[in-house]
Formats: sequence, structure tokens, C-alpha cells
Amino acid sequence: MSVIARDEEGKEFLFMGNEAIARGALEAGVRVAAAYPGTPSTDIIENLSQVAKTRGLYVEWSVNEKVALEVAAAGSYSGLRSLCAMKQNGLNVASDFLLNVNLIGIKAGMVLVVCDDPSAHSSNNEQDSRPFARMADLPLLEPATFQEAKDMTRLAFELSEELGVVCLLRGVTRTSHARGNVVLGKLPPIDTRKPHFDTAKPWRSQPIAEKHNRLHQLLDRLQETFSSSPFNLYEGPKHPELLLVTGGTGWLYSREALEILGLENSVGILKIGTSWPLPEKLLVENLAKTDRVLFLEEVEPFLEGNVKEIAADHFDEIGPKKFFGKKTGHIPVFGEMNTDRVIAAVGKIMNVSHRARDAEYEAQAKEAARTLLPNRTLGFCPGCPHRASYWAIKNALQLDNREGFATYDIGCYALARGPAGYHVLKTGGAMGTGIGLASGFGKFSEMGFEQPVIAMCGDSTFFHAALPGLINARHHRANVVMVILDNSATAMTGFQPHPGIGKSAGEASAEAVDIEGICRAIGAKVEVTDPFDFEGTRAKVLKALEDPSGVKVLIMRRRCQMLKDKEEAALFQVRIDPEKCLGEVCGCNRLCTRVFKCPGLIWDPSAGKARIDEVICVGCGICAEVCPQGAIRKEAGKS
Amino acid sequence: MTATREALNLIITGVGGQGNVLSSQILGQALVGKGYFVTIGETYGASQRGGSVMSHIRVSGRRQLSPLIPQGQADVVLGLEPVEALRVLTGYGYRETVVIVNTRPIYPVDVTSGDESYPEAKEIESALRNLSRELYLVPATEKAVEMGSPILGNMIMIGALLKLGILPLRDGEFTRTLERNFQGKRLEANLQALKTGAELIGRQGNPGAPETGR
Repeated sequence: MSVIARDEEGKEFLFMGNEAIARGALEAGVRVAAAYPGTPSTDIIENLSQVAKTRGLYVEWSVNEKVALEVAAAGSYSGLRSLCAMKQNGLNVASDFLLNVNLIGIKAGMVLVVCDDPSAHSSNNEQDSRPFARMADLPLLEPATFQEAKDMTRLAFELSEELGVVCLLRGVTRTSHARGNVVLGKLPPIDTRKPHFDTAKPWRSQPIAEKHNRLHQLLDRLQETFSSSPFNLYEGPKHPELLLVTGGTGWLYSREALEILGLENSVGILKIGTSWPLPEKLLVENLAKTDRVLFLEEVEPFLEGNVKEIAADHFDEIGPKKFFGKKTGHIPVFGEMNTDRVIAAVGKIMNVSHRARDAEYEAQAKEAARTLLPNRTLGFCPGCPHRASYWAIKNALQLDNREGFATYDIGCYALARGPAGYHVLKTGGAMGTGIGLASGFGKFSEMGFEQPVIAMCGDSTFFHAALPGLINARHHRANVVMVILDNSATAMTGFQPHPGIGKSAGEASAEAVDIEGICRAIGAKVEVTDPFDFEGTRAKVLKALEDPSGVKVLIMRRRCQMLKDKEEAALFQVRIDPEKCLGEVCGCNRLCTRVFKCPGLIWDPSAGKARIDEVICVGCGICAEVCPQGAIRKEAGKS
Repeated sequence: MTATREALNLIITGVGGQGNVLSSQILGQALVGKGYFVTIGETYGASQRGGSVMSHIRVSGRRQLSPLIPQGQADVVLGLEPVEALRVLTGYGYRETVVIVNTRPIYPVDVTSGDESYPEAKEIESALRNLSRELYLVPATEKAVEMGSPILGNMIMIGALLKLGILPLRDGEFTRTLERNFQGKRLEANLQALKTGAELIGRQGNPGAPETGR
């Protein structure tokens, strides 16, 4: 059971930011929650799903973010408070409905949590979601602490219901995926009200222009309310030599930086928790206190641009200012914020220097970093079926010998852009992009394009965004091979179920939708293979590559090793026969460790031969297929 | 926490799958239970797939600190893997940093592939010593394998850390939190691992190393 349902008002716990958001939703009486998993947002729904039964909620992992937002809206229209959560890329998917529902309006409180990933720790892009609030004319709150993550979520529900619009809440990796102190509030009694849609009052966005006008009027009033919000606050001297304007994580970093630099009495911090609409009145009051302003924020210069706009509008009252931030190069235009970045920027402006450690230590540290630290490139886990799949694909593409390549979308399998998957993947990007690109490439044969193309796709991704691309390919008679890596989970984000599995969020059962059946119905030629059957898989890839027409779908099916690890014993005891391994003189050029690259296989430099690292090896046995000497032996039944 | 500082910065580092996130979480729970502000910044997600993993654990009696330790301000580095401990130290270490490190390497594929080399144990030890005030080497994985599972290595390392008395946790305060997170055989194994870690540190006889809380 998740920690979020503790009925211990006033007690303090260590909560992850996402747990705090989920708790805030419970305190606000949320009844419906829907999402598609995406780091760093996933834990919100994971936690709510664990308490769904006991708290009387409906929680689901939706097929994609747009559908999740629509399911949440249905909750709101039925009189149930609803939450939808997603990562930044997900908002792009959901934005089509978001930029309709903003004008349509909602009934019961509805909160959309979007978690950005500055520095792209677990993402394919670095994106700031805040401009969406301005674009959709919707209120946006941004917590700076774990306590605020909980309290703001609660406020977001109240605000949303009061105003009749969706309220946005932005987390980032360092709030959502970090942990800190949270004092719990009161949990409301379990709500058993029956959902009902009032057909006498249909929800629609007519007349559109008038609705848009009203939304702007609402924001104008809201900025006044926000000017007295306790989530916006100024700390510092009456007339600071420099004013830091910041929001989200920037607040904690700024406080620490000023303390380290000893500038608390000369520099002030204005923390903004209500990021849209900006509290104009409060900003003008604070801008009037100083001549110099530094903006500290992740990722885009959102505060920077919008506050400057306010400063221009109020020039007569506040006079000229010198502004610093991303535009002036004091803060990098990419990557996440941290205390060191604030120290560097404030130090430069205030002409104060800071050195964390002495010059000798610094030099030694630099030398050690330069000479002693090997890279640790990300790779597939030991026993991962994707490694076997890519080994077969790589071999088939080589045998085919027509400069074939693969396209990709999002998932663990996208690691094959690098050495983990033998650089098989050449281009891709968003969810479903692999098949969309392949659909294009596959049409160009009529214009003389001769290279075979394989679209890589995961099982969860297949349902999320790959279906339209596959239909497009079939409809236009593109010559395409699509490989679906079916490992029975949304593995990258922590093994959430997807429509292909008979399970939904938490313990809820669900109908399994058949990937194979869908592909056949579309008109694709479908084959299924186990990637651990190396010879068979390679032959099927080759056959598909050689087939000159139509859409060929090859489903490579084997459960994620991380799922297996917990429930099943290892398949084999794997060892290397030192008599058979010829080592450096073999002529294989260390195929197993240099090319195949399973972390369970290491090179013993003293013996000059390969060895199994028994701490890492999970006993999948696939490496036995790789060794040309047959020196890797697999014996059934690892204890 | 030391008597002279109001905050303590600890980094637990290792490779994805070593149990780094869970151990920092349990430490954090125990400290919040004692009335401290604790902030933990974690790097995981993609890092689960064989990459470097790092948890910043920040303890303060005064206020909530930010989720990232500034450069050169880690008071303690608990390294579940030797090269990862050194990697963290080059960025976050300073003269007074105390380092506790598991001696068992996990070779990156960049090394097994022959593209890069993994430094000799002696080279790592000497660099760690240069960049720390105190260094403790703990054969945690070897002991854990003897005990039945390499994953216990992380709890052996926590046992060693607690024994040094740097954290403001008394005997039993951590184990009580552990009891809320594990049950049955798993709990027993983890408790045994904690004890083993404490014994391993106890036997080192490192001059100047504190045996109990300061």
C-alpha cells in the first residue's frame, strides 16, 4: 500500500515530489486519475492506483496522453474531481484536446500535472511546458518544495473548480523525482457520490471567439488574486542591489547560493509559485525596489520574457532596469538549474568570487577525472531480450548487404542508437516515429530508393502512436518491415501494463488487445518469433527484408528480464570453457565482449580470455549463440 | 552530523541495480523520523540500464535544502562501486570528505569492449586517498555473495556508514525504519548485512577513524 493514503494529519514524512502531488490530490478528494507513463511523472498514477480500491477512485493507464486527458475530462463532466499526469513530451500529444478543453471549460475540479525533464535525464528532448499555459490561457502553478507540491495540488483543484477551467501544475525532475519533508493534511471522507452527466447543459465551445474573450478576462482577474498568493514571496532587504526572480527549484538553489556567497543582506529573492498568469501587481511592486534583476529558471526564458513585458508596460512607474539571465548569457540556455549556476551568475554581477575547494585539490580532482575514469555508456540489462533482437537484426542487415537501416521511437530499445544495439538505429524521435518515417522511406522505391528499412517499435508504443503510421504504410502500399519488440511491459518507465496485457493500473483487470490480430486486420504479413531463437529470428528478418512488397510485421516476443527476475529462476548456468576459448589468438577479435557487449561477459586480461561475471550474469544463455568456438557453455538450472 | 556544521551532505553512488535508491530512501525516512529536514535528489530512469546512479542526501536541522549538493561540498561519499566513488569525488569532494567504498568493480561495457580501461585497484585507492580526509575500503560484494546475494552489498555499506557515527542516527533507529520496509527473510538478511558492514569497518583500525558518534 502506498504511503500517500496515511490518515495521519499533521504528521511529517519523507515523500517523493510525485507522492506529494498524489497525496495533495487525495486531500482534494480526487476521484478519477488517468495517465500514460513517462519519467519523471509516472509515480503519481502508480501511487494513486495503489490506493484506488480503498479510496474509491478510478485510476487507469491510458493508451496515450490525449486519451488520458479526455478520460479525466469525462470525470470532471460527471462531477468527479479528476487528475491527469504526463511528462513534457506527453503534453505535445495531449495538446490538441487541451487547446479545446480550455475554451469548453470543465465542471468538477480538473488538474493536469506535467513533469518536465530539464537536462533530459530520461527524455529524448529538453522542453519547457510553461509556454503551453500561456498558449492555452490556463492557470499554472509551480511548486518549489515537496510541501508545496502537495499544497499546490490541493489548491489547483479548488482553483479549477472555482474558475471552471483546467488548472496546470508543473513539476520538474528535481521536484517530482526528489524527496523531502511533507506534513500531511486532512483526508476527506471517502466520496461515494454517483457520477452523472447533465444532458440539459451540454459542454461545448460555442461561440468560440466569445469564450476566448472570457478566458482572457478571467486571467486578468486571476493575476490580481495571485498577487496576494502565499506561494509568491519576497525575501531580502528593502532595497536589494540585485533582485533574483525565480520559480520552482530555482528558489532553493537561490537561497543556498546567497548564503554561500554571504549576500543575503544585499540581494533579494522573489519566488514566483503562480507562473501563469504572472502576478503583475506583485511583480511591479518588487521591480520598483531595485535597478538590477536576474532571472533564474529551467528551461526557457519564460519568466524572463514575460516579466520584461510587464516591466515595459509599467516603465513610467518603475523606471529603467538592467536585466540579466539567459539572454545575457549569465544563465545557460540549456540544462537544469543548480546552486553552482546561481553562484556563478550572482558572483559575476555582484563581483564576488567563490571557490569551493583549494587549487591543489581542484588540480588533483581534474587529473583523476582525466586519467582514471572510464565512461559508463548505457546499455541493455543482462538478459535483456532486446540485445538478442538487435543481434539478429544486425546480422540480417549485414547478410542482406543493401545498406539497410532501422528507424526508432521511444523506449529502452532506443538505446540501439549506440553500441548497446550495434548502432542499428539511424533516425527517429517521438512516439510512433519509427513506422511513420519507414512509411515514407518505403514509398521512395518507386523513385529509386534501394535500401531496406526496418521500423522498430515497442509493445506499449505500438498502441500509443504507431498504429496510424502502420495504417498509413499499408494504405499507401509502402514497402516496410516493422519489428515490434513485445516484452510485456512499458519497461523504460518501470513496467507499467499497456493495452496488450490483461491488466490496468494497480490491481485492476483489463481486456488484452491482440497486437497480432490488429496487424493482420490492417493487412500486414505477420510473423512471431522468440529473439532467444537466434537462428530462427535472423532467418525471419532476412525473409522480411527480401520480400519486395507490402507491410511485413515481425513480433519479437519475450518478457522483459527485469520482470522475469522477480518471479522466475534463471534459465541456465553459463560458463566459459577455458580450453575452447582461444582468447586473443582466436581471430574472433573478442566478439563476445567487444561487439556483443553483455555486461555479464568480461575480459580477463591476465588469462587473455573471456570470463563470466557471476555477480552480473542472469543466466539467459543467449551469448552461447555468439561464440564462433562454442566456448560459452550453458547448462540448465542455475541455482 | 558533525558538531560544527548545521548541514550534512552525503552522496550514495553506484551503478543501476545496486539498490542505491532504496537505501537512500530508508536512511532519509529514519532521519525525518528524528525531526530533520531531509532532501534527496536522485538520478535514475535511464540510469537503471547500466549507467552511473547517484543519490544526493542532504540533512539539515534548520530548513529544506535543495535537491542537489553544490560542487565540492559532499561531506561523505558512500561508493557502492570504486570508479563511481572516484567520479563523484572529482566533482563533489573536498579536503574533509569521508569516503567509504565497496572494493568490487562493475566493469562498464566500454571497458569489457576494450575501448577504455578500468584503473588498477591501487591507482583508484591512491586517488581516493588523495581526495579525501578518511578512506574506508569495504569488500561488501564479496561478503554479500557469501551471504547469498550480491544485492545485500548496499546494506553492508550502510552498516559501515552507520558504524562511523557520521549520521545523527543511534543504534536501532535505522533498524526500526528497516523493519517498516522489509519483512520476514528479506528483513533478516538485511539486518545481518547491516551487522556485517559494521564489523567490517570496526576491523579496519584506520588511524584517526572515529569508532562511535562524535
